[in-house]
Amino acid sequence: MKKKILAAILVLTMVVGLTACGKKAATDTGAKDDSGSGLIKVGIINNDPNESGYRTANDKDLKAMFTKENGYDASFAYSLKNDEQITAAQKFIQDGVDYLLLSAADTAGWDSVLKDAQEQGVRVILFDRTIDADDSLYEASIVSDMDKEGAQAVEWLAKQELDEVNVIHLQGVMGTAAQKGRSGALDEKVAAEDNWNIVTQQTAEWNAEKAQQIVQSVIDKGDKFNVIYAENDDMAKGAVAALDKANISHGVGKDVIIIGFDCNKWALEELKAGNWNYDGQCNPFQASYIDEIIKKLEAGEKLSEKVVVMEEKGFDATEITDDDVNTYGI
Amino acid sequence: MGNTKKKEAGFLSKIVRQQLFIPIAALLILAVFNLIADPSFFKITMGASSTGDPVLSGYLITILDYGSELAILAIGMTLVTAASGGQDISVGAAIAIAGSVILRVLCGTNSRPEELQTSVFVAFIAACLVAMLFGAFNGILVAHFKIQPMVATLILYTAGRSIAAWINNNELPIISEPTFGYYGGFIPGIPIPTPFFIAVICVVITALVLKFTNLGLYTQAVGINEKSSRLNGLNPVFIKFLSFVILGLCVAVVGLIKVSRFSTINYSVIAKDIEMDAILAVALGGNALSGGKFNMAASILGAYVIQFLTTTLYKFDVQSDALPAYKAVVVIILVVLSAPSVRAKLSQVGKKLHAKEVA
Repeated sequence: MKKKILAAILVLTMVVGLTACGKKAATDTGAKDDSGSGLIKVGIINNDPNESGYRTANDKDLKAMFTKENGYDASFAYSLKNDEQITAAQKFIQDGVDYLLLSAADTAGWDSVLKDAQEQGVRVILFDRTIDADDSLYEASIVSDMDKEGAQAVEWLAKQELDEVNVIHLQGVMGTAAQKGRSGALDEKVAAEDNWNIVTQQTAEWNAEKAQQIVQSVIDKGDKFNVIYAENDDMAKGAVAALDKANISHGVGKDVIIIGFDCNKWALEELKAGNWNYDGQCNPFQASYIDEIIKKLEAGEKLSEKVVVMEEKGFDATEITDDDVNTYGI
Repeated sequence: MGNTKKKEAGFLSKIVRQQLFIPIAALLILAVFNLIADPSFFKITMGASSTGDPVLSGYLITILDYGSELAILAIGMTLVTAASGGQDISVGAAIAIAGSVILRVLCGTNSRPEELQTSVFVAFIAACLVAMLFGAFNGILVAHFKIQPMVATLILYTAGRSIAAWINNNELPIISEPTFGYYGGFIPGIPIPTPFFIAVICVVITALVLKFTNLGLYTQAVGINEKSSRLNGLNPVFIKFLSFVILGLCVAVVGLIKVSRFSTINYSVIAKDIEMDAILAVALGGNALSGGKFNMAASILGAYVIQFLTTTLYKFDVQSDALPAYKAVVVIILVVLSAPSVRAKLSQVGKKLHAKEVA
């Protein structure tokens, strides 16, 4: 019995400790006495920075921008779960932030909390992800155009003028905006052109290991292919590992064309070395866009458009420079 | 005439009663299915890798390669299952931690090192210690505080990947040293994937330990009846604790293979859902998931059968996000077949058939 009580107490303290840590992390700079100091109070709700290299770069960029030196008093909250994000948003609204910056985990369920924000005079700016809510509920939305990213890559591939395009298509987690946009462009092209075929179309769920197994399976089967269209860099890496094992050459002027997305620094280096052919950018650097919008709003200006689409590049292995690798690598 | 039949039937039922029968039967079903559907499944070709070294390739080699990771995990998972009557669901997260430690020790604070800071062996030992520490954490919660294993390991399952990321400051280290890739790939000149050899070493060590120590006996005794094992002078708390620490060791080995495969790590997806496959391997080996008696060989074979199933599904272009559904079907069949009421029914039917034949 004693042991049971002891166990219960230990678990309880741990849980309390953990949640305490979490809350502390979420609002550690959200001190109320700052309100008179002229800093703009922002609450930033983001996905977990460990989720991917993209998110890590995104979080770093935001942290570098929203500092005291730049005139901001920023609090951060991270979660991959929508309900936890909504709770964090409610907390920020209670704390009286001026701006709520939001990268929502899920598109649904934000109406009521954003209405609260509006009533309290908190202005909402969405970044990276859009939500299913009336657009009067937020000031601006800064997004990547995933359809365009896919279209750019497919256009690049079409320019290579291959006699036959046999693609292994490695998809991201099904239903995500990045997957839909990047798959959509390729699917359309394959349907339209006679000499474009899909050898296999599988989701590797952004996972290098799964991508390797899928490509390995195609190689074992003996099917012919000359393009790997991977919807992120990790999956392209997995695919390349399988090719290396089977001594199938890849890269500039070789048997198989490798296409990746996200522009991780290591991926751009592979591009520079000629091992891959193309990498499409998914721009994580939204902070400067957000900063500009906040400055405009503070000055009382009207925004010309609600949805801001960021500029995104695609890199060709034959044209990429060291500068590109350092500037755009994440 | 009748006599020989009876003997045959007796022989058959003896085989069926063997624990190894379940994984072997599953393996045979899969093999026959593939043989009928497409015999080229069994083709193995000798080729060369891009570095010019000889490598074997083919579906069977793929199974050997990926199944070996599972087999190593299955060793630890079998012991945990037998001793505690529950499963550790945190192995995937623990693999992320172990892999992260290896990279941290090898790279130091520089995420793109030109040279490795220490030998891989030192890094591996560090990973073993850390993984065993986390195993010990789970072990204490389960053995000392008597928390349900699944609930206790849920803590690490949730927190593990964040801890792994924290170890490397959220950086994603990449190792350019080619020798580091040997552990998850091929050693130059040897055409069989290295993970298989690592698995063989683990299996041999396990076999020796089980043969020359009382670990197996004690584990089963604790699993079957904790109270009576204590009355017989065993320390159930220590035995359970030990099983989790051993699983930690297995986790570190798999962590090394995993990070070696790509010479880097992705905290959120490395070894994702591997705990389910490891538990399934134990179940497929015919071991009771409620603890007690276990058969190590059956678990290890079970691990390769799981990979056989996965590879077969990949071959037939089953959508990879639908794979868990197929595995779920296998679990349902296994669980239903091993339920006491179903077993009783089956043996009744068997007896009736037998009686008819004899008559």
